[in-house]
Order: sequence, then C-alpha cells, then structure tokens
Amino acid sequence: MSVARTIERKLTEQLHPQSVDVLDQSHQHAGHASAPPGGESHFHVEIVAEAFNNLNRVARQRLVYQILNDELAGPVHALSLNTLTPAEAMTKPYSNGGHNRK
Amino acid sequence: MTATQDNPALERIEQEINDHPVVLFMKGTPIFPQCGFSAMCIQVLTQMGAKFKSIDVLNEPTIRDGIKQYSDWPTIPQLYVKGEFIGGSDIVREMYESGELAELFSNKGVELEDA
Repeated sequence: MSVARTIERKLTEQLHPQSVDVLDQSHQHAGHASAPPGGESHFHVEIVAEAFNNLNRVARQRLVYQILNDELAGPVHALSLNTLTPAEAMTKPYSNGGHNRK
Repeated sequence: MTATQDNPALERIEQEINDHPVVLFMKGTPIFPQCGFSAMCIQVLTQMGAKFKSIDVLNEPTIRDGIKQYSDWPTIPQLYVKGEFIGGSDIVREMYESGELAELFSNKGVELEDA
C-alpha cells in the first residue's frame, strides 16, 4: 500500500473524519537533502473531524502525529497538517500549503 | 515537563528557552535555511520584527532528538515564546495569518522592531 493510502487509512480508522485529503508533495522537494529518491516522503494532509472539537492546535496535531507515529519514524520526512472541526470547515476555506484548490 | 537532569541536551534546551524570549529550533540558519518549513518560520518572525534565537538542529544532533522529546512533537521547526511551546510551521503560519501570533507576542511582552 502506498504511504499516502496508509496515512489516509489510519486517520480514517482512528478519527472517523468527515473528510481527509492526503497530498503527496514529494516532487516539490526532489533533490533537497532530506528527500529520498522515489518520492513518498513529503505530505500535506487536510482533515476535518469532530475529534478536534475542544482541542487546541497543538493538541490536534499531536493527535495526528501519534496516529502516524510509525510513518513519521519511517518514510515520512515532512508532514504539514490542516486540522479543522466540521464547524470550522464550514466557515474557513482550506489553507493548503500553497497550491491546488484555489 | 520532562525531567532534564540526566540528559544534557534537554538541560540545554531548557536553558535556551528560558534565556531567550523567542527561540526557533530549525534546520539551517536564518540566512541559509535548509528546509522550506524552517524558511517560512524565519520569514514570519522577520516580517513581524521579532528578535529571536535560532538553533540549527542539523548542527546539533542531540538537540535534534532532544527537542522532539522535550516538546513531545516529532517535527522541526519548533517555536518557543517565553518558554512556552507554540507549535511547528503549520501553526506558526496559521497564527501569523489570523493575527494570533501578533497578539501572543503582545500578551507575552515580546519586543518587536518596526518591520
């Protein structure tokens, strides 16, 4: 299974999100010191979940990091996150690390 | 927080964040950041006119491991303000864009130069 699919599956199983979107951004980092050839190392994840209700930003990201502990210890060199509650997702546009979804 | 007695790296981290109002643990230096996420944090802090201490974890492997343990946060960069862990690059960017970072600096009495 691809790393992106694994990330998506784990987050779906653990957080039952309203939506989860995993973008492989490895191509943007090709050639950079910590980017291994072959990609699958730099990801951006947009996730909307009730599980984030009443958690501050740090706690939300820690929750995601814990679920993806094995991936972060292994193939994933960089993971940027946008963690929203369903209520926030209604009012905020996705902020997406700078591309897609314009 | 974590016991720092038996680990010199953790002691050093605690000292840095106590000695400097704003500390960025990053890859590379402000002039030559070695990662886009670190570069983004530098841009934000510079734009805001915040004086900060930067620590290049690529130069200090024990700090690189230590800060992850100290903050319970697996990625670099990491921003500390007045000894408090604020977050990594996603959080720094979001708080900058929403104005919360300016508010935090003001509440915590961080001196800003005219940007």
